[in-house]
Amino acid sequence: MKINILQDIMSANDRIAAKNQQLLEENQVIAINIMSSPGAGKTTLLLETLRRLKSKFKMAVIEADIASTVDAERIIEEGVPATQINTGGECHIDANMLSQALSQVNLKGLDLLFIENVGNLVCPAEFRLGVTKSIMLLSVPEGHDKPYKYPLMFTTTDAILVSKMDYLPLSDFDMPLFKQVVSGMNPKARIIPISAKTGQGMPDWIDWLESLLEKKYK
Amino acid sequence: MHELAATQQILEIAINKARENQVSRIRRINLVIGDLSSFVDDSIQFSFDILTQNTMAEKALLSIQRIPVELLCKNCKRPFTPHTQPWRCPQCQSIEFDIIKGTEFYLDSIEVDE
Repeated sequence: MKINILQDIMSANDRIAAKNQQLLEENQVIAINIMSSPGAGKTTLLLETLRRLKSKFKMAVIEADIASTVDAERIIEEGVPATQINTGGECHIDANMLSQALSQVNLKGLDLLFIENVGNLVCPAEFRLGVTKSIMLLSVPEGHDKPYKYPLMFTTTDAILVSKMDYLPLSDFDMPLFKQVVSGMNPKARIIPISAKTGQGMPDWIDWLESLLEKKYK
Repeated sequence: MHELAATQQILEIAINKARENQVSRIRRINLVIGDLSSFVDDSIQFSFDILTQNTMAEKALLSIQRIPVELLCKNCKRPFTPHTQPWRCPQCQSIEFDIIKGTEFYLDSIEVDE
């Protein structure tokens, strides 16, 4: 006998994601999920962002890594509260891991919560978390051909930051082609070239974040 | 690497459904995976073989149907399956499209002993 089911495998995850979203909305917290390959510059971008915004907004960070607490320690040194999730070998965070981490974060009065996902262009894109926006970084040395190799990541993100722009003159990265390809796959995504090192593009990124916060205070 | 958690979900959904229908043995699980998803068949099978031990799905056949990517050209409105990179409409050469198939990941059905 055949029994039809037609149920999404990720539905259990998605249910928890919906609860996370509700909790964040109730507390009026803008939560940003940051994804990229290992070494694309997530933590550096985050530190630079915190430096520029910490006098204006109340922020917190959830750091996810397979192991270690080095990233969370760097955030705390910056004077911003950080919660470390060790995924224990898992290559991504799922809605349940985020839900547990959220219970350790003081959401009262918080404006911005950054969630630094595990460095990986594949798996994190599969798991909805219930955040306000998901963004990704692609660093110039990784190459402009990545959207076709990791289409899910490039089609599920709200903003795509091209990081390490200071390397551009040394590389073959074709920025016009990259922009054309990404806007073909994901027209709603905002593409922001940045260098946390030189500061290039940082004001655009900060403006993008502030525009999310303006909506909150409307 | 995330197949283990996904396979646990697959089994949970399948076993719950079997219990609801008061059957005691699952013979086959029919899964559908789009080519854009990052789930790997062999990894799911590997997790499946381990997780089904001592359950009503032990030794069940895991059938995986793969769905090719299908895009809808925004310019000429034709659907197409991309074979080359960059993805380009074979009709009008546009690179603007919507993804209409390829992101599936669902449990289609189970086959059970009556």
